[in-house]
Amino acid sequence: MDKTQVLLSLAVALFAIGLVGVIVRRNVLVMLMCMELMLNGVNLSLVTFAHQAASNVGAVLVFLVFVVAAAEIAIAIPIVLLMVRHKRTLDLSAYTDLKG
Amino acid sequence: MIETLLANLDTLLLYLFAACALVGAVLMLILPQPMRVALALISTMVFLGGVYGLLGVHFIAAFQVLVYVGAVMVFMVYAIMLLDVRDSAYKRTYSKLVMPGIAAGALFFAALAFGLWKALPDSAGSAATPAAGTFGLQQFAVAFLSEYWLHFELTSVLLVAAVVAALAVIKVSAASGAQSPLGTRAERKGGSDRG
Repeated sequence: MDKTQVLLSLAVALFAIGLVGVIVRRNVLVMLMCMELMLNGVNLSLVTFAHQAASNVGAVLVFLVFVVAAAEIAIAIPIVLLMVRHKRTLDLSAYTDLKG
Repeated sequence: MIETLLANLDTLLLYLFAACALVGAVLMLILPQPMRVALALISTMVFLGGVYGLLGVHFIAAFQVLVYVGAVMVFMVYAIMLLDVRDSAYKRTYSKLVMPGIAAGALFFAALAFGLWKALPDSAGSAATPAAGTFGLQQFAVAFLSEYWLHFELTSVLLVAAVVAALAVIKVSAASGAQSPLGTRAERKGGSDRG
């Protein structure tokens, strides 16, 4: 196993762990953090492929993913605060009446 | 012995950082308290920054620490500290979907790893050692502002849309009930993320 394979396996593992966290955990904030972990896995795969191909495109994409992550968290946390004000809990099973 | 160790120090550190990042990610699944999950995620991100630095992509490593650890995770830690600790979500860590979730994650990992294993020959990474300067900040900036300038401008549109959406969420929360400290703090944070 060489370096590229190890790093790509790590990227896949991070993405899978983030996916399991989003499905399995109960706390809304922990689910958001698991989504960040999935974005980190994607970033690692992009950097690894850019390193392997000696190209700049991967770095540009990683930069755009950074911006999207910052925007996502800036929207998501006010929404979570709003839902917590309505339901008085972070437990996702209390939000089952959300529709649409 | 020592000489070979020092010659392979980069690779050793890379594997060490990768293992630490994986341990942090697994801890995120296990730890019940959100603050400890946040700390595990921060350590994972810092170790990934180390991996990027060892790969030679130094500015991505700097962005990783500055944007992810410095902005996104600090924001998340503030949100955790704002919310009540004595919550039912803190007592029961896992939802009803534990076994299906773990099975789905394992299947997903197996499928992706199998595809990866078949797609990448063993000598894929060692053949390409990128020329020095491919990953410099100068090359990146020139490519970014000449070739990808449209994406750069669209990024600013996205950020403005995010700020407007955060303000709209605050308006909804102000209209739906009396103004509470949570609402005003969220508004302040939503506005300050612009920079």
